[in-house]
Amino acid sequence: MQAQNYDAIVVGSGISGGWAAKELTEKGLRVLLLERGKNIEHVKDYPNATKAPWEYPHRGGRTQAMEHDYPVLKRDYPLNEKNLDWWASDKDSPYTEVKRFDWYRGYHVGGRSLMWGRQSYRWSDFDFEANAREGVAVDWPIRYADIAQWYDYVERHAGISGSREGLAQLPDGQFQPAMPLNCGEELIAGRVKTKFGGRRRIIPGRTANATVALPGRSACQYRNACWLGCPFGGYFSTQSSTLPAAMATGRLTLKPFAIVTEVLYDRNTKRATGVRVLDAVSEQTTDYKARIIFLCASTLNSTWLLLRSATDVWPGGLGSSSGELGHNLMDHHFRVGASGTIEEPGLAAKYYYGRRPTGFYIPRYRNLFGDKRPYLRGFGYQGGASRQGWSRAVAELGVGGAFKDAMAQPGDWTIGGTAFGEMLPNHANRVTLDPNKKDKWGLPVLAIDCATGENERLMRKDMMNDMAELLEAAGVKRVRTYDNDYWPGMGIHEMGTARMGRDPKTSVLNAHNQVWDAPNVFVTDGSCMVSTACPNPSLTYMALTARAADFAVAELKRNSL
Amino acid sequence: MDISTNVEQSGQGSSIDRREAIRRVSLLLGGIALAGSGGFVAACERAQQRAATTTSVGTFTARDVAFLDEVADTILPETKTPGAKAAHVGAFMALMVTDTYTPGEQDVFRAGMRTLDEAAFMAATPAQRLSRLEQLDREQKTYADKKKPDDPPHFFRQMKELALLGYFTSEIGCTEAMRYRETPGRFDPCVPYTPGETTWAGHA
Repeated sequence: MQAQNYDAIVVGSGISGGWAAKELTEKGLRVLLLERGKNIEHVKDYPNATKAPWEYPHRGGRTQAMEHDYPVLKRDYPLNEKNLDWWASDKDSPYTEVKRFDWYRGYHVGGRSLMWGRQSYRWSDFDFEANAREGVAVDWPIRYADIAQWYDYVERHAGISGSREGLAQLPDGQFQPAMPLNCGEELIAGRVKTKFGGRRRIIPGRTANATVALPGRSACQYRNACWLGCPFGGYFSTQSSTLPAAMATGRLTLKPFAIVTEVLYDRNTKRATGVRVLDAVSEQTTDYKARIIFLCASTLNSTWLLLRSATDVWPGGLGSSSGELGHNLMDHHFRVGASGTIEEPGLAAKYYYGRRPTGFYIPRYRNLFGDKRPYLRGFGYQGGASRQGWSRAVAELGVGGAFKDAMAQPGDWTIGGTAFGEMLPNHANRVTLDPNKKDKWGLPVLAIDCATGENERLMRKDMMNDMAELLEAAGVKRVRTYDNDYWPGMGIHEMGTARMGRDPKTSVLNAHNQVWDAPNVFVTDGSCMVSTACPNPSLTYMALTARAADFAVAELKRNSL
Repeated sequence: MDISTNVEQSGQGSSIDRREAIRRVSLLLGGIALAGSGGFVAACERAQQRAATTTSVGTFTARDVAFLDEVADTILPETKTPGAKAAHVGAFMALMVTDTYTPGEQDVFRAGMRTLDEAAFMAATPAQRLSRLEQLDREQKTYADKKKPDDPPHFFRQMKELALLGYFTSEIGCTEAMRYRETPGRFDPCVPYTPGETTWAGHA
């Protein structure tokens, strides 16, 4: 077996892996980027990107055959006709649900950066300090000051549009001009600001959609078809943003269909030496050597790989000496909120043009600035206002020509918001290897045992009722609340299982995302998170990855790795 | 209403003669005497011809598809813009029922087609068809308002929903009944709207 040598190996090509590849190659390293799935080339491999709605036989819906083939994916919106090819096969890659856990995966170059929701928010010291202040889990080993410059750095390259609001709990960034609120949202935002004295605010969603062209990328064309891949490069993805930068250095080798089965570890040097790769197609095994290894395979997949590695030294896997590897799995809980109708005479004569790929955001206000609730932490809302389309016709009485013509015209202005809540870390929420079940390639699958707790249950009451209260205070009519139930994983914001920390006895990674037990192994995807905050996490993965890459290269130059 | 009334009747429908069709349309319209039944015979013949130009889809015959086209076209007829038949909504409905409905939902839909009675419906005038569907629409609305989550759907709700989806996501629906821009190119958060202007159709 011939080993092949690189300066660095990056496992996974999604949001985090793309950043690792870009940063490490730009700093002069020869990098091997490994992706377990197929390649997807920018623009060329976006077969549905410019299809019209009527070109899909089922108009985007799901067939009985699809439901049969995707028993997990069918539980929520990802099972659809338009980009089904970009969601991992439940059959090839099964897992064990000790408790129900919805795991929605993208196994291809670019990973979920191609299908992500693109909401991009900075976390604040309210988030980084929360565990320490409340005695929950362990303290984050970093503070906002450690990551602020890296937020600046990744925002400039990724292209984040947003408005500067001066909010302590949601720091401003290096924004491109925001995608503005529409007239319905603007009206309600003004009233909310007045009614709640500025404590609750409706602001434009901050999104990784460019409003100003970037090198090699056009500004957003307002098609709102992002999750099919954007032929304009209008949103941040590995393909549109980080991969071209890494490729441009001439130092990147991208290898699709490369399943990393284990990290190779030398017990004498106490360093990883490389990785073992199983070719997903030929099933041939090859070892690759490198001086540093970045695990960016996604939250559960990076941990899954660690659990399978160096088991001759630690039966629980590489990074398990703390007893925390696989533990503290978290997500954002959501699917709860309220909506209503804006019955404002003037608005009937208002409309909008273009399909904006974002909405509004309501930053967290609970348990901040003197507010005190019977639960810890808080939540934010994502929402929007729009005029109803034809689908309102299904519930309305009517058939015939006049009905048809009326339904082809925009209806009432409606507005609604869904809360995304923080989920506390809990040692009992964990993943392990299931020795009794194997995937298509013979690897023992993950067993996932995760549930929400009392804190989340209490928070959900506010998450639902606060939105109704806000809408009613702003004069919205026919307000209806909903709680559509939530199961861990549905947020597709899975975090934790290889947390950072200050102490090798209680954490898997240090403040620079190094595995305590193997300092040349860095884990910079969502696995590293110590708590979830409530804003969407991907921007923080980008910043942590860029920061860790900078540190790793500096350490390499000092020969301390 | 009692949903069980939708799940009776024998499974025929393609082999009735013209006299039987006329008898049924009479029943359909509450026993109103039919004047000039020759017109109905002609309508039946037109329906047969229409079926001959339609192809089978999934588990539905060409004749079924032609029937569904007429149902959809009564829900969404030609006005100043083309109707559901022009958008081939019958074929869409047949495909959706075949591919996306559970066996139980398919049974409800099939039974509904029998209740609606192809021969009678095809022989009826546009006004008669509309009147029949208005009655069914009230029926399904009443049922839907009281329906529990696990209750079976009402067949006319299924038909209406598929007709709406099929029409408003068709090329005709998007580009003629509504307005469609594949690439809007900009976002205007607030523009004047004049009553009568149509909706901007969505994308993906």
